[in-house]
Amino acid sequence: MHTSAQQFKPQAHDALANPVIRKNFRGAMDFLRNKRKGVIPDDAEFHALQKVCEQIKQQCLAELPELLEQLEKNCLANGIQVHWAETPAEANAIINALIDKHSGVDVVKGKSMVSEEIGLNDYLDARGKSCIETDMGEYIVQLAGEHPSHIIMPAIHKNAQEIGQLFHDKIEDTPFTTDVDTLINIGRQQMRKRFEHAHIGITGVNFAVAETGTLCLVENEGNGRLSSTAPPVHIAVTGIEKVVKYLADVPPLLSLLTRSATGQVITTYFNMISGPRKSDEKDGPEEVHLVLVDNGRTQAYADEQFRATLQCIRCGACMNHCPVYTRIGGHAYGTVYPGPIGKIVSPHMLGMENTQDLPTASSLCGACEEVCPVNIPIPTILQRLRTQLNQGNADKRTLRGAGSARKASEAMIWKVWRYLCVHPRLYRLATQSVARLRKLVPLVKSPWNQGRVSPKPAPKTLNELLHKKGKTNANKPWMIV
Amino acid sequence: MQIPVRCYPPKPDKVYLYGTCLVNSFAPESGLDAITLLQHQGIEVVYPAGQTCCGQPAFNSGYTDEALAVAKAQAALFPEPWPVVILSGSCGGMMRKHYAHLAPNDEQLAEFASRVYEFSEFLLHVLHIKLEDKGESQQVTLHTSCAGRREMGIHPYGESLLRQLDKVELLEHNYSTECCGFGGTFAVKHSDISAAMVEDKSRNLRESGASQFVSTDWGCMLNINGALEYQQQPLRGLHLASYLRQRTLPEHSPEQE
Repeated sequence: MHTSAQQFKPQAHDALANPVIRKNFRGAMDFLRNKRKGVIPDDAEFHALQKVCEQIKQQCLAELPELLEQLEKNCLANGIQVHWAETPAEANAIINALIDKHSGVDVVKGKSMVSEEIGLNDYLDARGKSCIETDMGEYIVQLAGEHPSHIIMPAIHKNAQEIGQLFHDKIEDTPFTTDVDTLINIGRQQMRKRFEHAHIGITGVNFAVAETGTLCLVENEGNGRLSSTAPPVHIAVTGIEKVVKYLADVPPLLSLLTRSATGQVITTYFNMISGPRKSDEKDGPEEVHLVLVDNGRTQAYADEQFRATLQCIRCGACMNHCPVYTRIGGHAYGTVYPGPIGKIVSPHMLGMENTQDLPTASSLCGACEEVCPVNIPIPTILQRLRTQLNQGNADKRTLRGAGSARKASEAMIWKVWRYLCVHPRLYRLATQSVARLRKLVPLVKSPWNQGRVSPKPAPKTLNELLHKKGKTNANKPWMIV
Repeated sequence: MQIPVRCYPPKPDKVYLYGTCLVNSFAPESGLDAITLLQHQGIEVVYPAGQTCCGQPAFNSGYTDEALAVAKAQAALFPEPWPVVILSGSCGGMMRKHYAHLAPNDEQLAEFASRVYEFSEFLLHVLHIKLEDKGESQQVTLHTSCAGRREMGIHPYGESLLRQLDKVELLEHNYSTECCGFGGTFAVKHSDISAAMVEDKSRNLRESGASQFVSTDWGCMLNINGALEYQQQPLRGLHLASYLRQRTLPEHSPEQE
């Protein structure tokens, strides 16, 4: 299933009408919310750590250009070769060339959302290279010809029944089962074979430490460790915002990352990759490469407020707690990153003209901001994105595709609204007139009427009632100024 | 974001009332009930007749110039240093949190916002009100608005007030912290997502078993009541001000005054 951000509304509509999607996501999100709550029982402790993590990320972003240079220098000193990619096309070309250089065709990949972002699987596929996903969830969606519906739980939209059927259909000699342990073992057997022969291993990076040139990788299945150690060449691909200044920055970020993401105090694996195999070492890759991807991030970086978008450590807590995501699931967004973080990061990657419906698809309830481990003010950023979408003044259009959703009719409505609101007599006249016509309100149909009747104005406004009272009973202890 | 701890002033003689545009047009009785409750605490209520809207609809829609013009016009109507009691956590959140986003250096807006108190917050923390329940036994559930919860932090106060009522049993409902799906223009621009949210919210409120639900926000209630009416369910929401007035001052209904 391939979705696109331009088709957000029809995709959301279809998802809402699908009872399996509704049930799978509600159940999964409830599970993840409860898991998180289990390891973050104390709000005060969370807020203290959240503040620390926010400040670490803000400080790192404030020094981003210098830290990236320092990271490159220290990675090179460790023997990690560093590559820079401004666009997905550049990143894919770099990775493809590295694979060619080693005459590789068999690629194993640990979970990496940046590799999804650049469309690496399709790119390699088109060039005769076979890139197999080794994270169980990613493997499932790859087998199904789909894309992840969640950044941490890529196959969360599928239940055991669907996965059992998929394995039965796609993997030879596999009887249908819904037993989760059996299913995991089936997947594991498939991957084992690939790990033995893979030429290239690709992974993401959770934290790239500038002061030591270390790449940190957080995972639960051991596939990240295998992908980064078994094949002779390891290519790590990540966004430029993942750099942190000090090694000491990692523990607090890691603590909130795993607790926010999966409700774990720590993940099963935490890898610190500090270079290729040394001459006296018996294993590990012979070459390690780091591909640093921009893909619109510098646009967010350039604006003081949008820069907060880059604080994200990709825990997924915002989607787990989002009432919109819970109901429509991840595919409806049509973006690699779904949910609240997807709404604020995708416009920089894809342009506002291609993501017009995303910033408005929020009630601004603030559940995302409340749980964000690095305190990204997502609702405030959504509001800013809306001003960019509707921006009439060309000088104030700072984002790619800004102003693309501006409608003259809508702009006119807000101009009239403003005029009424700053002219109280006219406002009174308008609201009283609507009150007089209250019987006509049910006749006016709008999208609001989907599952709701229109609210009926009261026969008299509060202002009108108070005016009347004021005149008839001037001794009342209230008054109208 | 953590909401800063707030220091409350002593009980004042006078307050301004900010009714909100929704109370003005759709639920004026909530405004009258709030005035009655405040008056019975010995407070003089001043209602500036020029008040219209806090500016939130335009702000949330991305029309910040329009929102700022309206916000400035509102603040100018409340020149005295009296507290401003507002009948909505959402409009209150707009003033307390977002006026600073509209104009970070506007001192008049900031001074005005610093005096804004949501109704339940004001009763509890400024008036230290003691409620005497005169009603029959009833089971109610409380819907807290997202802005009230996450922008103002006033969500525990409605509960504290309801718990003062001897014969009222407060019932929990599932997913009480989840949004009802209103979100202003969101309900129109993404009506099917919004409708799915309010369908769940109204079902959860019904399944609490309460015969009445109470809220501090008419935005949510227009949405939820509209859904309940569409579903032909008898349950309806009532503003906390009206509910408290009915329970504690039953003889002072707006119709009789």
